Amino acid sequence: MKVGVVVFPGSNCDHDTYYAFSAVCGQDARFVWHKDSDLSGLDAVVLPGGFAYGDYLRTGAIARFSPVMKAVTRFAAQGGPVLGICNGFQILQEAGLLPGAMLRNRTVKFLSQPVHVRVERDDTPATLGIPVGTVLTMPIAHGEGNFYLPEDEADRLERAGQVVFRYTTRDGRLADEVNPNGSLHAIAGVCNTERNVVALMPHPERASEPGMGSADGRRILESLVTSLVRA
Amino acid sequence: MAKARVYVTLKKSVFDPQGRTIHDALVGLGYAGVKDVRQGKFFEVDLDGLPVEKARETAEEIARKVLSNPVIESYRVEVEG
Repeated sequence: MKVGVVVFPGSNCDHDTYYAFSAVCGQDARFVWHKDSDLSGLDAVVLPGGFAYGDYLRTGAIARFSPVMKAVTRFAAQGGPVLGICNGFQILQEAGLLPGAMLRNRTVKFLSQPVHVRVERDDTPATLGIPVGTVLTMPIAHGEGNFYLPEDEADRLERAGQVVFRYTTRDGRLADEVNPNGSLHAIAGVCNTERNVVALMPHPERASEPGMGSADGRRILESLVTSLVRA
Repeated sequence: MAKARVYVTLKKSVFDPQGRTIHDALVGLGYAGVKDVRQGKFFEVDLDGLPVEKARETAEEIARKVLSNPVIESYRVEVEG
């Protein structure tokens, strides 16, 4: 399987993501420069974390106008699996490929810490084969991860089963004190209505080997691989 | 030269963590009368060689497409020739 890892100026998790897919998962990964608009030959596209274009105006605000995002939009429209991680999530929201927007964390602090997220759906390319209710431990590292949607749209999102990950305790319980950034409904990850575009704020690539403190993230990366084998 | 001023603010229904923090700080500084603070963004955009109406159109487009995110923010544009 060929995984494309998009590189924006300011991406800083691109090499980690490349490493996790190639060295850890044994897949054929390649970088895709933000000025490229050719995704041919790729089976999946990953938007990694970082600070694309510096995030000076708003997270993802400028990145979404890059040539590669037109290609990603076409790729997604054709049903290709797209995974966004952290800044990649924010870019997908700005591009209109995923719902909602990220507000500043409710504490106003940049948060870099491990979190527990509960898998809510097993029918997305990021969670295939991971039973619903599974709790995964991965790090977050963001200043704007406070997921927001107007309440009525959030209810629609819930009914459509588009909430894929939620911040919980280690044993999978919802609690305000373990919602690190104040996200609405403790949302840590969502997918689009077609379920092929999925993104999360925690970093699976930073939790892909036991030496990193957790290898739970590898299950998400492997799920992407599995989804392609099945497709 | 036309000059546009663009104000981008969080919608009223959207929680503003920065505004809240500034509010708390002001109260801590003794400004007990401060009831609420909302933080926003302000842009001055110089538009060279455009008639005012065209400048307004361009500034509106920039504000809508780039400077604000419609999910959480609203904007207001003022233009002077």
